[in-house]
Amino acid sequence: MTAPAAAPHRRSVRLAPPPPSSDGTHERNTQMPTPRKRVRVRQVLAGACAVPLALSACGGGSDAPSGGSSGAAVTSLRVLDYYANEPDNTVVQQTVAACGTEIGVTIEREAVPGDKLIAKVLQQSSSKTLPDVLMLDNPDLQQIAASGALAPLDDFGLKADGYQQGVVDASTYEGKLYGLQPVTNTIALIYNKDILAEAGVSVPTTWEELEAASKKLTQGDRYGVAFSAINTFEGTWQFLPFMWSNGGEEKDIATQQTADALQLWVDLVKDGSASKSVVTWSQADVNDQFKAGKAAMMVNGPWQFPVLDSVAGLNYDVVPIPVPKAGMTSVAPLGGETWTVPQTGDTARQAAAAKVVACLNSDANQLALAKARQTVPTKTALLAEFVAQNPKMKGFTDAVQTARSRTGQLGPDWPKAATKIYTAMQAAMTSGEAPLSALQQAQAG
Amino acid sequence: MNALETPVGGRTVPAPRPPLRTGRRVQHLGRALFVAPAALYMLAFYGYPLVKNLVMGFQEYTTRTFFTGEAPWVGLANYEQVLGSPIFGKSLVNTFLFTAGSILGQFSLGLALAVFFRRTFPGAGVLRSLLLLPWLIPLIVSGAVWKWILDQDNGALNRMLRATPLTDARPGWLTSTTLALAAVVMVNIWIGIPFNATILFGGLQDIPDELYEAAALDGATGWRAFRYVTWPLLRPVVNVVLVLGVVYTLKVLDIILGLTKGGPANATQTLATQAYQLSFVEFDFGQGAATGNLLILVSLLFAVLYLRLSRQRAEG
Repeated sequence: MTAPAAAPHRRSVRLAPPPPSSDGTHERNTQMPTPRKRVRVRQVLAGACAVPLALSACGGGSDAPSGGSSGAAVTSLRVLDYYANEPDNTVVQQTVAACGTEIGVTIEREAVPGDKLIAKVLQQSSSKTLPDVLMLDNPDLQQIAASGALAPLDDFGLKADGYQQGVVDASTYEGKLYGLQPVTNTIALIYNKDILAEAGVSVPTTWEELEAASKKLTQGDRYGVAFSAINTFEGTWQFLPFMWSNGGEEKDIATQQTADALQLWVDLVKDGSASKSVVTWSQADVNDQFKAGKAAMMVNGPWQFPVLDSVAGLNYDVVPIPVPKAGMTSVAPLGGETWTVPQTGDTARQAAAAKVVACLNSDANQLALAKARQTVPTKTALLAEFVAQNPKMKGFTDAVQTARSRTGQLGPDWPKAATKIYTAMQAAMTSGEAPLSALQQAQAG
Repeated sequence: MNALETPVGGRTVPAPRPPLRTGRRVQHLGRALFVAPAALYMLAFYGYPLVKNLVMGFQEYTTRTFFTGEAPWVGLANYEQVLGSPIFGKSLVNTFLFTAGSILGQFSLGLALAVFFRRTFPGAGVLRSLLLLPWLIPLIVSGAVWKWILDQDNGALNRMLRATPLTDARPGWLTSTTLALAAVVMVNIWIGIPFNATILFGGLQDIPDELYEAAALDGATGWRAFRYVTWPLLRPVVNVVLVLGVVYTLKVLDIILGLTKGGPANATQTLATQAYQLSFVEFDFGQGAATGNLLILVSLLFAVLYLRLSRQRAEG
């Protein structure tokens, strides 16, 4: 309990002469002769009330924006994101702080674990304590924008000209731009160069080649390929490149195109080229398998590079995810986070916050963040320069050019569709359900 | 309490009535004030959430509600959606199987261990404290460890199975829709044994040794001593353990999330995991609350059943 939190309720505390911290002595004092009883009882009550009051004040009061009046000069801004882990934490801290200095405000940044962010945002929404600058995972933006908690960036003169179209789609809700995303990422096929060379297998580019290569690379307790087919949004995210590249769409998943993509995954598991455990693996688990040499290839993202680079003697490379037939385009989902300006009701602070968002998206910061965080800049004009400086990112940069956003088609309804996709995926992969009928059932349910 | 009562109530002094009446009022007020903190606590931390959850079940309560505060009343729409979804029937059956299987295993093993440890032998104390181990480990940690143990390719359990001459199969404990529920029940039994064994052991300690001696003189030893001495005297403790066990097991969430997240293909989805999924993954708090309310209803049925049983016994 901080001092400022208790302050607004000091009046109620003052009714009771002894401070609330000495509750224990109060209880004993109540066993006094009758004349003084009433007074004492009231003291006890006042003391007891002070505790819950101060507790409730911790929820609301301490987080309240320091400058409620819009006339005052903005000296500091509150920033909320989920880069709680190193090295991202330091990189983002330095970049945001530098932007603050550039604009002339100090930054009070808070980073929460990834899975706690939305709960935190909802809590802050209801207590009207939203931060001035808020980072959101891009598929969450439309849902939060639909709740009315975000300010359209057009109001502050920000535009997304020259950005990759899928990135702009993800940050747009009902025709208005609500976020700007400096860097993006996606998933691709990461392969162990030594194992492929040893087996004389060339890097697969089509589904047919993927199946053949995976089969040939499966040996002993090593599987040819690993991917995550888990029953969470992570599993859906991994399946999307296969579904989209074959012409499948999230608005109706009960199509032959999506069924064919699902059939590919079912077949890979059925003929033993991929472990049956893929239905329980998260992407981190998939990475562990690859790292330990138990999978020759995997579907995964560039955020795994630091872990992979720490393994001595592991030579890997990256190519876009194989396509159904030669000559088709690989369409992967766009990842990454977008920066927004919540509706805090203070226009001066919001204007300053918009400047921070713009600064984070400057050409220099896009390049620097992409390099430091193994991601790809979202302004297409920067890509050539970026790949020249970071050759290892070429596979992902290629994949990003044609990638799509998850919420581009369905907006706030995406989570429901994503649930249907992994439900059908799991039914087809574990209970022997035919892919098309599994998809039909999930679409109907 | 005593200090308040003695000067006013207690002693029988019939003569001056009027002053007593005000005194009694003060006494009532004093009592009420002492009850008030507990009552306020109950209302704020138990009553309010319960009522809020009941109300939420009838509202369209989404992410938008948090910002605007608007939660339109939708009547029974949430319940229609929840009850009509294909996962509901499956979750209900799974909840029943999970609870019944867990309780059966936890209770019988817990009772067997409690009876076993009633004898004193060298090392009994150490072994008994080892029994508490599952209780001491955070559930998330045991979930992660069991996930490794049960892994199909490299899990410890399947490696041990292969080392035996009996089988070469590698069952997919967590990846097969037929085995996953059994595997989750097995882990939950492991977690529940300490609770059952500890409480039942305490109950056994209260049974006087003389009764066993007397029974032995009448020829009742071994199984018959258990049947005619232990079991009847342990019944009150057994009832508490079973009812608490059912209520705890119905709402188990963390261990299922840690092991299977309700998968594969909803094979381990229960009402509790379904309520969590709806509220905190899909952010449909209205439907999540509706599912949660149905779960509360099931728990309530068991609580009422328990009260009925114990009242019947008291009367009989």
